[in-house]
Amino acid sequence: MALERHHNGWIILLTFIAGLLLTIIPIPIWAMSWRPEWIIMILTYWCLALPQRVGVVTGWSLGILQDVLSDTLLGQHALTLSLIAYVSVISHTRVRTFPLWQQSVGMGLLVVGNQILHVWIHGMLGHPPTSWTFLYPALTSVVLWPWIFIILRDLRRTYHVC
Amino acid sequence: MKPLFKKGPSATLRIILLGILSLVLMMFDHRSGYLQQVRAYLSVAIYPIEYAVIFPVKAGQWLSANFGPRWALIEQNAKLREENLSLRFTLQKFDDLKTENERLRSLLDSTTKITQDKVLVAEVLAMDLDPFTRKLKINKGAQHDVFEGQPVLDAQGVMGQVTRVSPLSSVVMLVTDPNHALPVQVVRNGQRTIAMGMGATNRLALSYIPNNSANKGDITIGDILVTSGIGGQFPSGYPVGKVLEVNLDIGQPYAQVQALPSASLERNREVLLIWTNPQPIDDKAEIDKTPLNKPKVEPTHFKQEAKPR
Repeated sequence: MALERHHNGWIILLTFIAGLLLTIIPIPIWAMSWRPEWIIMILTYWCLALPQRVGVVTGWSLGILQDVLSDTLLGQHALTLSLIAYVSVISHTRVRTFPLWQQSVGMGLLVVGNQILHVWIHGMLGHPPTSWTFLYPALTSVVLWPWIFIILRDLRRTYHVC
Repeated sequence: MKPLFKKGPSATLRIILLGILSLVLMMFDHRSGYLQQVRAYLSVAIYPIEYAVIFPVKAGQWLSANFGPRWALIEQNAKLREENLSLRFTLQKFDDLKTENERLRSLLDSTTKITQDKVLVAEVLAMDLDPFTRKLKINKGAQHDVFEGQPVLDAQGVMGQVTRVSPLSSVVMLVTDPNHALPVQVVRNGQRTIAMGMGATNRLALSYIPNNSANKGDITIGDILVTSGIGGQFPSGYPVGKVLEVNLDIGQPYAQVQALPSASLERNREVLLIWTNPQPIDDKAEIDKTPLNKPKVEPTHFKQEAKPR
């Protein structure tokens, strides 16, 4: 039992790396403001599926990496991602029973909260947002969440990640 | 189910601690440079991810270069040869003008010297780093003598400047970033202004142009802007953009002027890093030679050019 408790963690790591790649991969200009929040979706999935394994600390470390990757203030993504991980971990027993579309709505709200936190931090640094485009990622994330959920669930089941 | 009850500190305690830690980190990062080193180490650790993003592009280029049809390569070669010829022709003219300019300046007792800039090509690793700013990451860093504040250009004009250097990569702030301001000059009449980024992908705001001076036609639609060299950060005379619209608003102290950057900021895969004043000491000797020797070589220059042909 003790041996089996941590099993195939590299799958989790790989999905996070894929998420980081998708976050910085070049896309056309028109699509830039619509880029879904891959990291948030992947982190939320693992927090819901394996809350005893992936949680606040994972979210925070991932956030630090994303801060370096996207040249934001060190701690900015760490703060938002650890908060998202916290929300997902404490509510995982409820959210797991939700149908996918309700989860999607929840995901949308999470991303909106995340974006508002980022806008707030940027506002404090003296750059208030000039348009509402910062909310677009919430829409794409809502649309993509069911697919991400199904793909990651299949991955988890195939490789018996637990 | 043991793990459900037996875990370390609860999630709530963790989030409180890590939240406070994040806030402290952000404050330190914003106010002081202590975390610069930490970020540099982390960015080396994360470099493989950045490299993996451009790898497919590189692989595609390599494949098309190796397995592409022969005629396409021949065609491309011919085209490049032609382009090279025309560029050389312009350069000949430029050399001529440069000597003339230097001669005239010496007559005027002006000490300004046109220096040769050292150039390094860097590849763009990632763009659109953060939706709230305009930045790029490039694959040259402290190892290649990149320094903070270094001007970055492309074939069409000024792109921005290096704002963060780590050993293998560095971050370039584009001229369109809301944090960026660039001293510029109108080519037509020397009107000086400052080009500020607006955070939009393809727009610059020109500030501090009084309404009456805009009314007089000191700045009009279609004016070409170049760097003025004031501030010392950027060398003078590099193209920055073109004036797109001039709005005179009597209620405002200054005219609202917007310009279109001439560099293709979001479409580049390669950018140019330039060294105007050779920063690293060991490179200094090598670079200083060129501007000093150039004028002496000049008279024989054209003969040398003519000989091979």
